[in-house]
Amino acid sequence: MSILINKDTKILIQGFTGRIGTFHAKEMLEYGSNVVGGVTPGKGGQAHLNLPVFNTIKEAVDATGATASIVFVPAAAAADSIMEAADGGIKYCVAITDGIPAQDMIRVKRFMLRYPKERKMILTGPNCAGSITPGEAMLGIMPGHIYEPGRVGVVGRSGTLGYEAASQMKAEGIGISTSIGIGGDPINGSSHRDIMELFEQDPDTDAVMIIGEIGGPQEAEAAEFARDHMTKPVAAYVAGLTAPKGRRMGHAGAIISGKGESASEKVEIFKEAGVAIVPNPSEFGTTMKDVVSKL
Amino acid sequence: MHIHEYQAKEVLANYGIQIQPGTLVYSPDQAVAAYNSQGSTVCAVKAQIHSGARGKAGGIRLCRSNDEVRRAADEMLGEKLVTHQTGSAGKLVQKLYVEAGVDIDREIYLAFVLDRAKQRHVAVASAEGGMEIEQLAQEKPESILRISIDPASGMRHFQAQELAFGLGLGPDLVKQAVSTFRGLYKAMIELDASMVEINPLVVTRDRRLIALDAKMEFDDNALFRHREVAELRDMSQEDPRETAASDHDLSYVGLDGDIGCMINGAGLAMATMDMIKLSGGEPANFLDIGGGASPERVAKAFELVLQDGNVKAMLVNIFAGINRCDWIAEGLIKALGVVDLGVPLVVRLSGTNVEEGTQMLVDSGLPIIMADTLADAAQKAVAAAQKQGG
Repeated sequence: MSILINKDTKILIQGFTGRIGTFHAKEMLEYGSNVVGGVTPGKGGQAHLNLPVFNTIKEAVDATGATASIVFVPAAAAADSIMEAADGGIKYCVAITDGIPAQDMIRVKRFMLRYPKERKMILTGPNCAGSITPGEAMLGIMPGHIYEPGRVGVVGRSGTLGYEAASQMKAEGIGISTSIGIGGDPINGSSHRDIMELFEQDPDTDAVMIIGEIGGPQEAEAAEFARDHMTKPVAAYVAGLTAPKGRRMGHAGAIISGKGESASEKVEIFKEAGVAIVPNPSEFGTTMKDVVSKL
Repeated sequence: MHIHEYQAKEVLANYGIQIQPGTLVYSPDQAVAAYNSQGSTVCAVKAQIHSGARGKAGGIRLCRSNDEVRRAADEMLGEKLVTHQTGSAGKLVQKLYVEAGVDIDREIYLAFVLDRAKQRHVAVASAEGGMEIEQLAQEKPESILRISIDPASGMRHFQAQELAFGLGLGPDLVKQAVSTFRGLYKAMIELDASMVEINPLVVTRDRRLIALDAKMEFDDNALFRHREVAELRDMSQEDPRETAASDHDLSYVGLDGDIGCMINGAGLAMATMDMIKLSGGEPANFLDIGGGASPERVAKAFELVLQDGNVKAMLVNIFAGINRCDWIAEGLIKALGVVDLGVPLVVRLSGTNVEEGTQMLVDSGLPIIMADTLADAAQKAVAAAQKQGG
């Protein structure tokens, strides 16, 4: 089992017929994801990759019973697509799009508050590599083959650093229950903490790996959650030891603006919360091996 | 994106924020003329650079005569101003803002920023103006007022009023304060600013509320819908390498070390730099070349990194996901055909088709130092740089 997605999850692609949407839809289908169609306004009624195209999310959900979606819509219109997913009955949405204005994401988050708990959508991303439940379903743009099925949950901001961690864990024989990318933007759908809560409840996850970075309060919140609410062991890495203050390191959210936002401070916060520290980025595998050996 | 004080004031004046008469000048003569035309006994001659903390660094001078204005302008123009925010290189002063002096009764700190914990905008204010917010947070945290703003309803009148009374502004000033606070919030929202800071906002002896300094930053991701804001960019204030990188959609940040870096993905780039540091070296830069590593892109990235004369070794770390290592290797080999590195090159490939890619680099006969793991790559790069340096 897993969190958020499994082999039965019915998936819609938002921005289906575009170049990027098409490419990754193929990769997802090849991996075995249950992609049931997609949305491109104005192209409803057509077929693409032998799957139906719809004009709106509502039509697509009605026709297919899809519960998950992935957004490849360009940045200027992506926020609207996420809101459409929330309004159309999607339960879990992954936003891949990079470069969405922060203010648009503030509006998305506010918009999503309007729904009662039972029909509230979970959003991860934007600016992320997506999510994968190895061996079952991929809702993202990652190379699926580097993920070994197993019982460690992974949550992280970065794409390629997450791949690095997954492949190191695979080399140590450690598999992953689900890996979730929360993205590199300052305003994101779910935080480390939100995802940790899901892993804590998941009977098929035994331990959690957090891959954090400089900037923002979400690693500190995760540390606090690990200390106060997690029964499962947690390991963490924080990227950006050499990042100077006030400089944006690639990700829109990777910037040290205030106290507690540097890598060394975040590592200290994790340590104090009893989280196992990955001492350097070559030791994701060995650190997690040590953690799971004590289970 | 940062803009200058004079630009921020121009922008904010359109939102009803009161400012002092001021003139942008490029020469001492112009500065003196501006001072005379303003008709105020005292003026401030202010260096226009993209940095705060100019006052302490001597970038803001109060002048009371033509001679003083001329001397201040002469001393600042064409020089680099080093503040604690610019780093030791400082920033070149090419223009000055001559602003009419004002009788100050009291100073207030006011800013609108993104609250990442609450994921919305927040107004931050303190009756202790003139100090920097970090200093305030450390020394007088109890003086800081915060108003969290719901994006659906915006900054309400009552919230602005609460803030005004909280700052101890008397009834005669509340109306001005409310319109100032709401004007600033409106500017922030309409222009996709990521930060607006007025420090200080002053109460004058004749009971006016004036933005004596103004700092605005804009969300780069939203510039596509604000051409008028994008035009305010001053590239002379940027690191030319970063400007060149952004022209090629590469994400680059120059640092002080001697190991040049080229990596795909921001997180992996930061992690690789961490590994260099932990291996006893210092990275010369952050560079994310993104997903596709075409020969042209790799060549461009090499050129960028090597513009930094401090670079003594180069480390390339690519995790090929959707890409394959053999394509990456092909790109590297082609790029090395057109760029003369002149420094040792350490390459670490991982991910899809890693064996093929590695073999191609070995077979190419190019003087590439191959590495297996991140740790191995960093250690080899540090060793190569030390050898080169010694």
